[in-house]
Order: sequence, then structure tokens, then C-alpha cells
Amino acid sequence: MKTVSSLLDDHWYERYKQISKLNIRSSIYDVTDRCNLRCKGCFFFSSGEHERASEENDVNKWHAFVDKEMDRGVNLAILIGGEPTLCLDRIEAFYKRLPTFCATNGLIKVPRDRFPDMMVGLSLWGDEEDEKALRGKDTFKITSANYAGDPHAYYLYTITPKQLGKTGKIIQKIEDIGLKVHMQLLSNDEDVAGFSWKPEELIDVRAEMDAMLDAYPKTVISSKYYHQIITTGQMLDRTFGWMECPSVTELIDKREPRPKRLTNFIRWASDLKTVHRCCTSETRDCSTCKDGAAHMSWVMVNKRAHMRSTEDLQNWIEVYEMFAKLYQFIPW
Amino acid sequence: MNVDISQTIIRIAEIIINELKLEDVTPQTFDPDLDLVDEVGVDSMDLATIALVLRDEYGIRIDEDDYPKLTTVRIIAEYINTKLADDE
Ligand code: SF4
Ligand code: SF4
Repeated sequence: MKTVSSLLDDHWYERYKQISKLNIRSSIYDVTDRCNLRCKGCFFFSSGEHERASEENDVNKWHAFVDKEMDRGVNLAILIGGEPTLCLDRIEAFYKRLPTFCATNGLIKVPRDRFPDMMVGLSLWGDEEDEKALRGKDTFKITSANYAGDPHAYYLYTITPKQLGKTGKIIQKIEDIGLKVHMQLLSNDEDVAGFSWKPEELIDVRAEMDAMLDAYPKTVISSKYYHQIITTGQMLDRTFGWMECPSVTELIDKREPRPKRLTNFIRWASDLKTVHRCCTSETRDCSTCKDGAAHMSWVMVNKRAHMRSTEDLQNWIEVYEMFAKLYQFIPW
Repeated sequence: MNVDISQTIIRIAEIIINELKLEDVTPQTFDPDLDLVDEVGVDSMDLATIALVLRDEYGIRIDEDDYPKLTTVRIIAEYINTKLADDE
């Protein structure tokens, strides 16, 4: 029988043991239906999710709701929106109770006296030109001033096809202000012209992401296996998609056969009652979905499938470590 | 019901081998002291599956809060035998 220690040397075995008992169970929460930007290609607004529920305004209900989520076994809250920083009291309901991650466009600075160590993911969609084209303004100028040197913040850099050949410049700018960066790919839900991936571009972006990880190993939080999976949709001998996706809301998961390796994931709307189909837009085509969190989870829930070989298991460890770093379960 | 621990160990090893589709090992050769997480690569989803089979087989409920304690086949066997004895 293959055991973990028979596949790994001492160094890798220690790394494995650091994460093997973490048992991370996340769910995603729409904190608000409003945003102070309106990006082209934002799945939240393009699919009408902001109109699915009306926000719960009573903050006491948010506190009670988070308690119930913890009873359900959730040990990581991922806050999205709209723009969560428009509702700091709601964020606090999570932050006071459990490990909390806040995805934000960074225009409003999270007050560090109130949320000293909350991990903040700053969305970034490219260089000045792409940011202006897609988001109406270059957010980096503002977010870099707000968060330079912050040990609990990193950039969530959504790479678009137009960024090919230009990622190095952006990552250098991020390194210069002392922050980390995690790369993901745009799923162009609105079919904005020129921003959809062609097969040859996916090959190129994988090579570019690998090169960035090699060139900026302290700044880029990523793994080459993750790059492979997100650009090819292939893991081991399996293809990513609806029947494999671990980020489908369990309350409405009617898949047959139901995937076995699920973690009770739910994505809640801001009324705290309505749920969304999955971690991203219901209108998205699973066969072209590039959602980073769903792909990472797909790897993470399939640990033993990666016990085929030393290389497979090391790949699994790297992806799990990447996730654990991004959500502060282990240090950078 | 007073069940011999070695019988329980063999049966649990068999369940784990079947459920996890482990190769090159039999219930008799499965080391009951092998760490299931650190060596076999079991995670909480595997444990949930195994717990369901054990529930059906032994008529006991394994509390999810107890999963972290159930690190080896021997410990699971002792846990089950204790629960069965408590139920008597
Ligand atoms: S900042 Fe985020 S939530 Fe707001 S419009 Fe842009 S992508 Fe959507
Ligand atoms: S759109 Fe993506 S995240 Fe949503 S169910 Fe499909 S594959 Fe999963």
C-alpha cells in the first residue's frame, strides 16, 4: 500500500503534516448588493445576482447568522459582494467569530484598528489601460496607496488575454510596494470584445504564469500545477466541469450522481436566506469556467487521488499550501 | 454485546480498504496503528463516508467533533467498542 511517507522525503513530509489536519471548510457570502465600481465582465452584476435578494439590514441578524454557519462547520468565511467594505458592521459579524477573508476593490481602506489582521484580497484586472477599459479607472493607484506594506493584504490579479506579455510589469509594481499577488483568469461572462480566451492564449498564459512564479517566488503566491489545471481544465485524468465542481451550493445540489467529495459549501446572498448556485455566476458555462477558487478546491478535495506518485502528491501539497497561505492558515 | 477488539480491528480495516479502494493491503496486513491522516491520506470527507458505514454496521453514531481523535484503526475500534459497551 502506498503511504504518504513512502511517497515523500522528510522535507515534503513535514510540509504535508503542516496542512494535513487543517480541514478547511469555507463558504461564500454576498455582504451587499451594491458596489462603488461597475466593472465590465463582473459576474455579479452581469447575471443579475444583485437583484436576487434584498439586503438584510439588521446587523444583529448577521451576527446570529454567522453563529449558525459556524454550527454548520464553516471555519473560513469568504466575503464578496458587491463591495463588502460598504458594510463594515456586517464584515465585523464574521471577523469577530472566525477566520475571514474580504475580497474588495480596495477603494475604501479596511480600517486596521477595527480589523487588524483580516486578510484582504484586492482585485486588480490588469495594467492602467485594461483597468480603465474594464473598470472605468486605474484602481491600482488608489489601492497601492491604501495598502502598501500591509502584511494582511494581497492582490488578486485577474489576468485577461490582453495582459499576455505584460504581467511582469504589474507584478514588479506589486513587489515594489511590498505586497503579494495571486493570479487568476478572467471568465468573460459578458463577452466583452477581445477579452475571451482562445486555446493558444491559454497555453501562452500558463507559460507566462509559470515564468512569473519563477521570477518572483516571494511575491507570487501560486503553483505550477494550479496554472496547469486552470488553463487546461484537466486534473489527473479528469476534466473540470459541472459534474466535478466542488463549489456548488449543497442545499440546491441536484446532481446525479452526486459528487462524493464535497465540503458542505454554500454561497449565500445578502438577505441571508437566498442561495446562489455556486461560487460564481449561475449564468456561467461550466465548460469554460475559470473560477480560481473552484479549481483550487477541486484539487484540494481530491487528496488521495494524488497519491498515485510522488510528483502528484507534491503537486497537491503545493496547491493546498497556496490556498492555506491565501487565507492565512499558514504563514506566507 | 462484548466484541473482541481484534475482530473489530479486522472489520474496520476491511471497511476502510473497501471504501478508500486501497491496493496491496488486506485487513490482516493493515497496520492498526498506522496514522490514517498522516500516512493513509484520509481526510474529513473520507472519515464521513467511513462513519456512515460504521453507523450502519454497528448502529452507533460517530459525532463529527470526534473525527480528529479517530487517527488509527485501533483507536476507531476502541471507540466503537466503548460506545457499544455504553449502550448495553
Ligand atoms: S469591483 Fe468587484 S463587485 Fe464591484 S463591479 Fe467590479 S468586479 Fe463587480
Ligand atoms: S460555473 Fe464554475 S464554479 Fe460554478 S458550478 Fe460551474 S464549474 Fe463550478
